[in-house]
Amino acid sequence: MSSKKESTSRTLFVALAVSLVSSVFVAGAAVSLKPVQIENRQLDKQRSILAIAGLGDGSLSGREVKALFSKRITAKVVDLETGEYSTAFNPETFDPLKAARDPKLSEALPGEKDTALIKRRERFTTVYMVEQDGKLESLILPVRGYGLWSTLHGFMAVKADLNTVVGFGFYQHAETPGLGGEVDNPKWKALWPGKTLFDEAGKPVIQIVKGGVDPASPNANHQVDALAGATLTSKGVDRLLQFWLGEQGFGPYLAKLRSQGV
Amino acid sequence: MSQPTVKEVLFNPIFHNNPIGLQILGICSALAVTSNLKTAVVMSIALSLVTAFSSMFISMIRSQIPSSIRMIVQMVIIASLVIVVDQILRAYAFSLAKQLSVFVGLIITNCIVMGRAEAFAMQNPPLLSFMDGIGNGLGYSAMLLTLGVIRELFGAGKLFGFEILSLAKDGGWYVPNGLLLLPPSAFFLIGLIIWGLRTWKTEQVEAPAFKMAPQVINKEAY
Repeated sequence: MSSKKESTSRTLFVALAVSLVSSVFVAGAAVSLKPVQIENRQLDKQRSILAIAGLGDGSLSGREVKALFSKRITAKVVDLETGEYSTAFNPETFDPLKAARDPKLSEALPGEKDTALIKRRERFTTVYMVEQDGKLESLILPVRGYGLWSTLHGFMAVKADLNTVVGFGFYQHAETPGLGGEVDNPKWKALWPGKTLFDEAGKPVIQIVKGGVDPASPNANHQVDALAGATLTSKGVDRLLQFWLGEQGFGPYLAKLRSQGV
Repeated sequence: MSQPTVKEVLFNPIFHNNPIGLQILGICSALAVTSNLKTAVVMSIALSLVTAFSSMFISMIRSQIPSSIRMIVQMVIIASLVIVVDQILRAYAFSLAKQLSVFVGLIITNCIVMGRAEAFAMQNPPLLSFMDGIGNGLGYSAMLLTLGVIRELFGAGKLFGFEILSLAKDGGWYVPNGLLLLPPSAFFLIGLIIWGLRTWKTEQVEAPAFKMAPQVINKEAY
């Protein structure tokens, strides 16, 4: 018996059978739970948009999030090249991340231009607006970029002056818990509101600095303290903001909005 | 050696043979997920279920597994179960899954699961192995919950997110000990618990592995 059990063919058979059964099991779970997971991710994104716009905290239930989101937030698709709104896509279903992988809807970034290390930038993306009586209250821009281990996906919310931060945060990343993962720390996120992103010429000057912000410095309003023990994540966050707020990101769109005097 | 009874395998691991307290396994996740009680509870349940079911499945096919590939077969079964648990958490407890981040995935490498598969399930029938898994899960849970209660209560003044001790910063009297929210505090607490456990049950004290010989000549000191 034991010699038969240890034979090569027997070993191969057991290995194959176990892998086959396990893979069916895992694939079954993954496929059958996928719809619920996608909905959860959507909800999580909406919840973080609301939190970053200062409209609600993380304790809202799923239904409240959906209701509040559809009541207060308008999504629009923007052409990043021209800065115009585009009506070619439905903002509810358009997925900028998918577009970034589609060669027709995105362009590859050469090394020196790819400061946020995202490889490809989509031509169209979705922005979110909070409006009150038809007037823009705050604008929420999606941002992303590479930190230490992972791409950080987040949102930057600015006031109607298109300069003052309302809130900033990430909804998805895989940085080291306790170090780079501290981008989720409410204390760090609380440093952002009130900071200003641009100088007079409209150039992004927001900066993450090491060793604390000197409140006496003339630039204190453009500076945020870096995360302790997470130099590379902090640098990544700094770079991704420069990228998305600059000419390659929302620069043309923001310039257009400014000239229209919103 | 006679076969252990269900009662033995179920309750021995809580105090007599605690996986963390005596076997010193699974420390990493015990440090990481116990800063609040909610994640500690979810992690306990997840680990208990994975240990129980993996032990059961491994025990079911134990007479078929060739010894040359037994470890990898165990790993495959454990890993599949962990992925399923992770998927379920993502579907039904998304925010918790986000907080637990990598640690659910790391159950795969948790020594308790592997240890029970190798040490118990390979020799015992499925039902008993299942109970052994639950028992060891209970032992792990007991330690995690103790740590979770101490760390959340004294570190944040809360239990399950509800305020128990009114905090000084909100006008109360309790100044929380921030160290307890950091992973090293769990190390200190586990150390103290092991000390307490071995003072109470002296048979758990290990014999010293070696004895240091006294110095014989003065020169050795230099």
